[in-house]
Amino acid sequence: MMFRATLIALTLSTTPALAQVQIQEVTSPGGLTAWLVEDHSIPFVALDIEFSGAANLDPEDARGATYMMTAMLEEGAGGLTARDFAAATESLATYFEFDSYRDSIIVTAQMLTQNRDEAADLLRLALIEPSFGEAAIERVRAQILSGIDSDQNDPGEIASEAFYSMAFQGHPYAHQTEGTVESVLALTRDDLVDAHQNALTRDRVFIGAAGDITPDELGILLDTLLDDLPENGTPSPGPANYQLEGGLTVINYPTPQSTALFGHEGIERHDPDFFPAFVLNQILGGSNFRSRLMQEVRVERGLTYGIGTFLSLLDHEPLMLGQFSSSNELVAEAIDVLRAEWADIAENGVSAEELAAAQLYLTGSYPLRFTGNDTLAAIMARMQSDNMPIDYVNTRNDQVMAVTQQDIARTAARLMDPDALHVVVVGEPVGLEDGG
Amino acid sequence: MLRFAFVALSGLIALTGPTRAADVSEFTLDNGLQAIVIEDHRAPVVVHMLWYRVGAADEPPGESGIAHYLEHLLFKATETLENGEFSEIVEANGGSDNAFTSWDYTGYFQRVASDRLGLMMQMEADRMRNLLLTEDDIETERSVVLEERAERTETSPGALLGEQMSATLYQAHPYRIPIIGWRHEIEQLGRDEIFDFYHRFYAPDNAILIVAGDVTPDEVQALAEIHYGPIAASNAPRKARPTEPPQIANRRVTYEDPRVSDPYVIRSYLTQPREPGDQETAAALTLLSNVLSHGATGFLPSALQFDEQRALYAAGFYSGTRLDYGEFTIYNVPAPGISLEEAEADLDRVIADFLEMGIDPEQFARLQFQWEASRIYEEDDVGELARTYGNALSAGLSVQDIQEWPEIIAATTPEDVMEAARMVFEGTYHVTGYLTQPATEEATE
Repeated sequence: MMFRATLIALTLSTTPALAQVQIQEVTSPGGLTAWLVEDHSIPFVALDIEFSGAANLDPEDARGATYMMTAMLEEGAGGLTARDFAAATESLATYFEFDSYRDSIIVTAQMLTQNRDEAADLLRLALIEPSFGEAAIERVRAQILSGIDSDQNDPGEIASEAFYSMAFQGHPYAHQTEGTVESVLALTRDDLVDAHQNALTRDRVFIGAAGDITPDELGILLDTLLDDLPENGTPSPGPANYQLEGGLTVINYPTPQSTALFGHEGIERHDPDFFPAFVLNQILGGSNFRSRLMQEVRVERGLTYGIGTFLSLLDHEPLMLGQFSSSNELVAEAIDVLRAEWADIAENGVSAEELAAAQLYLTGSYPLRFTGNDTLAAIMARMQSDNMPIDYVNTRNDQVMAVTQQDIARTAARLMDPDALHVVVVGEPVGLEDGG
Repeated sequence: MLRFAFVALSGLIALTGPTRAADVSEFTLDNGLQAIVIEDHRAPVVVHMLWYRVGAADEPPGESGIAHYLEHLLFKATETLENGEFSEIVEANGGSDNAFTSWDYTGYFQRVASDRLGLMMQMEADRMRNLLLTEDDIETERSVVLEERAERTETSPGALLGEQMSATLYQAHPYRIPIIGWRHEIEQLGRDEIFDFYHRFYAPDNAILIVAGDVTPDEVQALAEIHYGPIAASNAPRKARPTEPPQIANRRVTYEDPRVSDPYVIRSYLTQPREPGDQETAAALTLLSNVLSHGATGFLPSALQFDEQRALYAAGFYSGTRLDYGEFTIYNVPAPGISLEEAEADLDRVIADFLEMGIDPEQFARLQFQWEASRIYEEDDVGELARTYGNALSAGLSVQDIQEWPEIIAATTPEDVMEAARMVFEGTYHVTGYLTQPATEEATE
């Protein structure tokens, strides 16, 4: 018992040291803005360059164009074939990644200090002068089609496609970013050139940088990379208008374990109740064992390996979503528990102990995020695309601590709606009927 | 074009300036606990890891999955902590924690503010010996483990083929059993077996402590003496594992599953792992896997994906950081319209071409430069570096072996790599696996 008392005393006696990160705003000679954490202890720099818009910008007759365009950026540029380009990155030991999502394209790079200028020239070629060669188009097209085919055999992807297509009819969110087999087969080189012109533009770029680089050097680097991009492209689409009603959708797929995706409308980051919602989500289904859903569905009943919820901050319609997998015989019981927890938190909010524990975790873990050049660059790019102020890192914990039980009760009553909760189940669930 | 031809040559000079290996130090407590400290003072964060030199390959026959099942149960009640309280305390301190199991090790870690290190050690030392393991906890957690097996393995045709491949590649050695265990054996595991396994293997002389982050070796040693020092050694060394008989035949496995999207062919060879004081062959195999597979310029993707466009993906990999055996694997995911038999023939043909043509010296120099550069990049994530050390130490290597590895890689020549290639591809029996949809009438339409 002594041991126990000591642990608790330690837990409450001190709060962890605050992050000592200094974020500088850098403006390049050409007028681009970036956030930088300058740290010369390891001789490389990490960049994270986010372009908002992405798959949302695809025209209706060219679904998947932005996705394929992004995949093609490393497939040859400026007279270099894909293999020449790869060999050049290898000889510099520089690493580039090009990823596209619903709302954004994210380009990341790591460059050694000793050959940073050459690495930047290479990345510039990929961003500004991609070749979109015919052979490369066919190779990437085959890979994307194979990915779409795999998705059709992946219960999580099947659930996601069903949820988004029902929730967002008439909006680009209704479509998978990769497009469909038909749309991908129909994509032409012109579609890729258009997607490139429309998606990679200077007015929708957000940049984070961390590591061995000075503000002046970073400014010059960014102008090298991005100066030749068009100023602006296709405007983003309007609000997505969530249309899915509460209920259950069962998609039969022969597999021993069912996958469930569930949710309804969420809350915007700039909503005054965002922080109460953020803490509420942590308590209900946040990323740890303590959450109510992990306790009730996994720890108490053994119905799943993992269950979680998250606030999905889509640009055009925020969602409150969650996901888990359970054996076909257990999934109905797991959904009953889920619905009961959803209703309970909507009606009763959270206890003082739950709130205190969540605040302790959220504020204590926050400073621990700020390590590693790649991570820092990513955090800073996301903060800017989320329109956060540069001093957010210093105020965020205060905003978490300011949340009260009453704030959560008010927000829960507004956000958590058991009647609106829609569950999509993919598998061969026992005792579940569509629409039930 | 010219400019990058120039870069490709000039970029091959060595890194400018010395690579400074991260500060790593080592000590051992009187009770046999080995400890490694990796310093990184950029942020007030520490990763605390405890690795046990026990894994799925140490399970008694018929009790597959026990090492991993026990890993789950370590988060349950001890004599002083309630069920789940371990993680609650970690979280209350802003930390995150988890655990992992492999064939050769079981590891536990927390990532917390560096001033919480003592608390983590106190709790980790507690659950080394004082776990209660109630029947109730064991039963509920069995269901969680079976759900994990369903999620990771049974919903994935590729993972199911992987199990069949391992069970065929190894004829006697326990690397043949899945880490998570066979379902029918997990269903039968009871408290007595789990408790015996725990008591036998969870002891300081069977563990490795790794602390990485904003700490000094002196602080870590002082805390380790306080928290781990009082625990008695078990003096129960790991039992020798069964060894493989000489392999005298190639074997084939075909796994059919209607959920398969992209059929593929995969081939595995039993090889040497990294051996203490003798890592040259493993270094050559590591570079062989890079030469064959790395990016768009690897021999396999370059031939099959780029020149011929007969593959969606073709590559290979070497798993060498293991206690008893290494594996070298190659695979080919053919383009639509190409059968698995043709895909296998393509692999054979391209490997034969490789053995004939040898290694492009420019590619080899680029790969060597990337290995050098990786020593810069890896310093950015000491948590990952901690994992690299834990993995290698539990595979029987020493700190010296780990630190000499980059030099051994650098000293490896294209001739060494070709010799390793001939050893694998011309001198080793193998297992070839097909992953495919069941043959149906529709499929031939």
